[in-house]
Amino acid sequence: MQRYELPDSHGHFGPYGGIFVAETLMPALEELRLAYEAAQTDDVFRAEFEYDLKHYVGRPSPIYHAKRWSGLLGGAQIYLKREDLNHTGAHKINNCIGQALLARRMGKPRVIAETGAGQHGVATATVAARYGMECVVYMGSEDIKRQAANVYRMKLLGATVVPVESGSKTLKDALNEAMRDWVTNVGNTFYIIGTVAGPHPYPMMVRDFQAVIGDECLRQMPEHVGRQPDAVIACVGGGSNAMGIFYPYIPVDGVKLIGVEAAGYGMDTGHHAASLTAGRPGVLHGNRTYLLQDEDGQITETHSVSAGLDYPGVGPEHAWLKDSGRAEYVTITDDEALQAFHNLCRYEGIIPALESSHAIAYAAKLAPTLGSDKVLLVNLSGRGDKDMHTVAEKSGIQF
Amino acid sequence: MSRIQTTFASLQATGRKALIPFITAGDPAPEATLPLLRALVDGGADIIELGVPFSDPMADGPTIQRASERALKQGMTLRRVLGIVAQFRTENADTPVVLMGYANPIEAMGLERFVAAAKDAGVDGVLVVDYPPEEAAAFARVMRAAGLDPIFLLAPTSTEQRFADVAELGSGYLYYVSLKGVTGSANLDFADVAQRIPLIRAKVGMPVGVGFGIRDAESAQRIAEVADAVVIGSRIIEEIENSPVAEAAARVAAFLRGIRVAIDHPDHGHGELGR
Repeated sequence: MQRYELPDSHGHFGPYGGIFVAETLMPALEELRLAYEAAQTDDVFRAEFEYDLKHYVGRPSPIYHAKRWSGLLGGAQIYLKREDLNHTGAHKINNCIGQALLARRMGKPRVIAETGAGQHGVATATVAARYGMECVVYMGSEDIKRQAANVYRMKLLGATVVPVESGSKTLKDALNEAMRDWVTNVGNTFYIIGTVAGPHPYPMMVRDFQAVIGDECLRQMPEHVGRQPDAVIACVGGGSNAMGIFYPYIPVDGVKLIGVEAAGYGMDTGHHAASLTAGRPGVLHGNRTYLLQDEDGQITETHSVSAGLDYPGVGPEHAWLKDSGRAEYVTITDDEALQAFHNLCRYEGIIPALESSHAIAYAAKLAPTLGSDKVLLVNLSGRGDKDMHTVAEKSGIQF
Repeated sequence: MSRIQTTFASLQATGRKALIPFITAGDPAPEATLPLLRALVDGGADIIELGVPFSDPMADGPTIQRASERALKQGMTLRRVLGIVAQFRTENADTPVVLMGYANPIEAMGLERFVAAAKDAGVDGVLVVDYPPEEAAAFARVMRAAGLDPIFLLAPTSTEQRFADVAELGSGYLYYVSLKGVTGSANLDFADVAQRIPLIRAKVGMPVGVGFGIRDAESAQRIAEVADAVVIGSRIIEEIENSPVAEAAARVAAFLRGIRVAIDHPDHGHGELGR
């Protein structure tokens, strides 16, 4: 076990992270930092958080041995951390409960969020309904087209969904717009960021709320195989499900951490969303991290079949884990992810989210190269109900 | 004394306030920027803030974001912005130019290379919107070593400790964001500005400019009564946006002249000027 105590008090993970926002937001971030610090050591807050994770989300989520599929692949055994079984169908709810409870403690009656695939928007709308808060969700108009069912879900839950028409009309533009709302309404509004990016303390706070995933795995894996896995695999867009499962494993020797980025149409086509693999460090959305950008420092448009991975940046802690060599980052194309999606449906009776399908696809690549005594733990971060239209369309089927 | 300090000193000597218009470089096209800079000088600009377009202008409202998008579509880059400033300097040696933009294009070029190139081009100050004092130590050091002014923002929400932080790192002038919100917002709080500016000026020991939400002669005049400089951005971009390309420069100059008259004649009644 090695000590790992990042970020520092200013939110830096080595050269990454930090607080890169306009002056208007600085006092709000300071207020948030202090409130979060107080909440962390408050037993009542902890108890509220854990109560809702257990009784509202349905935690702990099980770990499932994908035995049949592992057998067909002929190699390492694949275990799935079933975040898809959470209330609202993905890991996003863990963080939303934590931040909504914090908002309530801080006396903020209004919450806002950005969303790509709609999963974080749905999770935010859900907790806002649960705690009786006003909720506004910003979503790129391109994503709204791709994720109509989630848009309707958010509306059912009482949220206002605001289409964002600027820029590439996807997640990064929704994030810009949510930041603008926050700057304007900072007095009564809490901004629930859905991933481990943004200005300090967000990357740390979201990681902490999501770390319940990895903490459970640390207890559950020995129950299944009598030890910890050889590798932990998770998809990385912004990187919250990956940080959630990686973080408790960082100090555990002998466990490889593998993040899977979206290669879209293929890394050589330039149409992908693999910021750690193909990007350069820069500053966007409040933190310094790896970014997909042109040589003049303009952020480039990304592509992935999964809206949740379609983001040109990545959480700063992943940037640090990459540079330090503690985690490695690989890529999976749209086609490979779709293939894995279909395989998991057919061989295990589990319909995974297209985001999670990237992690599953990499596990399927890796497993046959390893002996059957090896164990891979894959974070199945969400279920695929929201992706029915996308997958059907790719298969040439119209509903 | 830097060109910015000289400008404020001579204004102070004649009892006038600085007028600082903002335009986005490359909007609506790269070749339009130099004529617009001339028009701003003709219209009475004391200092010019030149926006460096960025793909994700988080702190700006829709007007300046549209300007950025138009400029980027036309191929505007930080390098080309510096080229335009260099060209402007061949014909104007007096009007300070402050670049305003976001960190990433600067970091992509490299901080030292950028500052050296900005100095060569004749830039006088740089305001990086997403560099709060906490993250700006290296930037401020390199800028000041080159004799350029790092300009910082303060907001209605800023604490007195933060006044001290920007006083230590910044020079030239201080830009007070007069409202909670993004550029181009409408709800300007004059009472807050009137109360805060003297406090800030006493603490930071440099001229204080006020921007965000100033849209017409009346608001400019009221701000000029308390601040050292009046910054106008979105309203000028709208003028450019709504004019045929050939007429944009003339219209911007005319609009700015109205503002100039208003802030130079504080004794005239509100609401009659520049309408």
